Amino acid sequence: MNNETIAPAKPAETEVEHGGLGDKVASPFLDSKVPSGPVSERWNKAKFEMKLVNPANKRKFTVICVGTGLAGASASATLAELGYNVHAFTYHDSPRRAHSIAAQGGINAAKNYANDGDSVYRLFYDTVKGGDYRARESNVHRLAEVSVNIIDQCVAQGVPFAREYGGYLDNRSFGGAQVSRTFYARGQTGQQLLLGAYQAMMRQVQRGSVKLHTRREMLDVVVVEGKARGIIVRNLVTGEIETHMADAVLLCTGGYSNVFFLSTNAKHCNVTAAWRAHKKGAFFANPCFTQIHPTCIPVSGDYQSKLTLMSESLRNDGRVWVPKAAGDKRKPSDIPEEDRDYFLERRYPAFGNLVPRDVASRAAKAVCDEGRGVGDSGLSVYLDFGDAIQRLGEDTIRARYGNLFHMYGHITAEDPYKSPMRIYPAVHYTMGGLWVDYHLQTTIPGLFALGEANFSDHGANRLGASALMQGLADGYFVIPYTLGNYLASEKLSKITPEREEFKVAAKEAQERITKLLSIKGTKTVHEFHRELGHIMWENVGMGRTREGLQKAITQVAALREEFWRNVKVAGDADNLNPHLEHASRVADFLEFGELMARDALHREESCGGHFREEYQTPEGEAQRDDDHFAYVAAWEWNNGDTPPLHKEPLDFEEVHPSQRSYK
Amino acid sequence: MATQTNGSKKPMNLKLLVWRQKNGMSKGAMTTYEAKNVSPDMSFLEMLDVVNEDIIKSGGEPIAFEHDCREGICGSCGLMINGVAHGPDEGTTVCQLHMRSFKDGDTVVIEPWRARAFPVIKDLVVDRSAFDRIISAGGYISVNTGQAPDGNAIPIAKQSSEDAMDSAACIGCGACVAQCKNASAALFTSAKIAHLRLLPQGDPERAERALRMVAQMDEEGFGSCSNEGECEAVCPKEIGMVNISLMNREYERALISGKK
Ligand SMILES: Cc1cc2nc3c(=O)[nH]c(=O)nc-3n(C[C@H](O)[C@H](O)[C@H](O)COP(=O)(O)OP(=O)(O)OC[C@H]3O[C@@H](n4cnc5c(N)ncnc54)[C@H](O)[C@@H]3O)c2cc1C
Ligand code: FES
Repeated sequence: MNNETIAPAKPAETEVEHGGLGDKVASPFLDSKVPSGPVSERWNKAKFEMKLVNPANKRKFTVICVGTGLAGASASATLAELGYNVHAFTYHDSPRRAHSIAAQGGINAAKNYANDGDSVYRLFYDTVKGGDYRARESNVHRLAEVSVNIIDQCVAQGVPFAREYGGYLDNRSFGGAQVSRTFYARGQTGQQLLLGAYQAMMRQVQRGSVKLHTRREMLDVVVVEGKARGIIVRNLVTGEIETHMADAVLLCTGGYSNVFFLSTNAKHCNVTAAWRAHKKGAFFANPCFTQIHPTCIPVSGDYQSKLTLMSESLRNDGRVWVPKAAGDKRKPSDIPEEDRDYFLERRYPAFGNLVPRDVASRAAKAVCDEGRGVGDSGLSVYLDFGDAIQRLGEDTIRARYGNLFHMYGHITAEDPYKSPMRIYPAVHYTMGGLWVDYHLQTTIPGLFALGEANFSDHGANRLGASALMQGLADGYFVIPYTLGNYLASEKLSKITPEREEFKVAAKEAQERITKLLSIKGTKTVHEFHRELGHIMWENVGMGRTREGLQKAITQVAALREEFWRNVKVAGDADNLNPHLEHASRVADFLEFGELMARDALHREESCGGHFREEYQTPEGEAQRDDDHFAYVAAWEWNNGDTPPLHKEPLDFEEVHPSQRSYK
Repeated sequence: MATQTNGSKKPMNLKLLVWRQKNGMSKGAMTTYEAKNVSPDMSFLEMLDVVNEDIIKSGGEPIAFEHDCREGICGSCGLMINGVAHGPDEGTTVCQLHMRSFKDGDTVVIEPWRARAFPVIKDLVVDRSAFDRIISAGGYISVNTGQAPDGNAIPIAKQSSEDAMDSAACIGCGACVAQCKNASAALFTSAKIAHLRLLPQGDPERAERALRMVAQMDEEGFGSCSNEGECEAVCPKEIGMVNISLMNREYERALISGKK
């Protein structure tokens, strides 16, 4: 175990549980700061009660924002507009490359433009239910409320959302909803939303209110007098370790799906920023809640470096099926209707192909486990547009999904207009993340987490088109209020980079880099990452068991030990070295993967994306245990020893937990 | 551009000639590598991954290249492959290029983008921050968070929105500059000007935007456009030269209207 950070300050007499069953006693360390009163009035009430920073004083505050995806770019732009002095960091060469750029399908908002019965309340309801009752109601309601402002803001920025012939905004429907509330820009919604936020941020760069630091990787949070006061970053071009001070730090650093090696995330997505913050005292919430997306292009060979998502919107018109008989190797066109099993339509007649992601993924795995999967590997199912093309014509389908079909054709060399696509589930999104209160503040005062990096709004399963919504809600409409409240309430002492805390953190960051290069072992970083991914996918993936998880904990620990003894990191630390960057990220994944398995092991129930095979209904649906597990599991770093678990019980005042039914 | 396609699944062996350069200060040179047992289903970058693993195992330093999404959308990747930005397939980034576009025994020359405004940082990685500065000069609509009216307040003709989207699809990869003999950034800059010009929201700042973005483009050291059309031919998002004509009109209109 490589413990290079200082131990987080922790009161001695904490009584916390070490995993296992137990009742839902609130941890004294987790004050969610949720306002009282009816859920629909809480955000207004909170906004009114929050302290304000007077306009002339805002420029006296410096805010560090790590990450320039939807959450980071929207926060940086908005805070700078308000007058704060913002420093934005990204490891990319340009803020516009953040992983948010890859989101395809769309963004939800309770506009009810379709006049089909949508409302803030319904979006709130669908999200709490979709999250399988493991999200905080107050946060979700706020998300639904501000969703409408997001669309307005993006339209005003020039985001070219799809429109109807009358010139008004068009909507489509996504999994887990029976209304059309998803706004989209062809299959490039994330790109257009990110460019909107990026441009708003670049406008502030021009005005000097945002200082942009590209090709910088954050390696540590610096905590002074119990508060986050800066970060340590590595300049990826020169290798220099830099120290940056601030009055508050925002982590907008995205999700950790790449702990599985193969995922739909961009190659560089990683857990480093969140993990280093965790080691400085920020609790990590629900790390085992990961989302497996049902519609991805199946794996084709060992050299495979990532998986490609086919937007869920395809399920609006595509029908999912496999042959009825196991081992049926006929071409899809030779399999007549009566020999096909449209298993989602069969099992879930009310939602059909539009069931939520976790349900669709598990159903696909189940038919493949029965030997009815298609393709060479038997690890895929068909997504068939034959009917839709017949009904609507190829041109309509091309207009709706042209770029996705093009991408599929490119990767597989098959023509999806002629034969059905083949898809299989892949890791896609992480609902878990740094624990934050209603103000998006972590357990370290002054350290906030936004976007996919926090755990807050999606419970155990995220609905499609809700991540973009959350990232922008956090950045445009929540943090501007809650950060002001923090800065107006706290008395922050004057500090300089000469302080011990900065020097120690910088030294440790440097030593870790030196250590990685000095091991000179025989196994490459890539090999370690792939091996870790394999352990995680097999044991902490779509179906989890007690034995598998226990095995994963031991195997990850063993792999980590081997890594620090036997990794081979090429190149040097004084020039751009992507290989070294990867090594440092994999080292963190090797610690984090163990925590994920621990969390999955302790949660003896199935909910949302967390499916414990021991806990299922006779029909094979996830079986929650609300009596024992209706809480947020927040883990505290314990210097590599068994981490203490803290619980934030969840109260459902509005949406009463029931078994989710999409039948 | 003709695309040869290798229809078979047979593994191939290729010879790679790759530009290696330690950093911005040092001189670079072409180095030869063998890529063995390449599956036609691999992507070009996956082929480089495999070559890199071999290099590391034999004690060398892996070839640095930029990439991230590997889905053709982040704009990180970009290589000159046999003299063509992003390689032989049309409308494709190098991360989406598959080895089935090559054949056994081919020699493949791999170089970084070459342009004065894009200095090499290492091997195949260049500095494209000039593009960010062009955007920050005016590639936005000035609206603060919270100022926006209802999203449906202004109807926008479907066609205008579609046209704007065509221009907005630019991923900022820099292929247009790399392929142009003048190293002009006209396609990149004009795509943003056009995107915002084609929507009513962009109207109030249109003159100012055109003047400032064009000025920044010149200041960064990009060459001027002489209508070669190479940019359009290699653009992975198939952004057209019509954007450049629109930019020129916008620029002239702004000059005539006397706006600074
Ligand atoms: C293929 C795909 C399609 C998707 N489609 C949809 C969709 O249609 N609808 C939807 O709602 N959601 C979708 N999602 C999910 C959604 O895109 C993401 O959850 C969301 O964009 C995350 O935004 P973010 O701002 O939190 O993080 P990111 O966009 O991941 O940004 C992270 C930022 O942090 C920076 N960073 C990270 N670590 C460090 C560090 N240590 N130092 C410095 N910088 C750092 C990165 O450089 C980057 O700028 C999709 C996801 C995938 C994978
Ligand atoms: S890696 Fe993102 S476009 Fe190629």
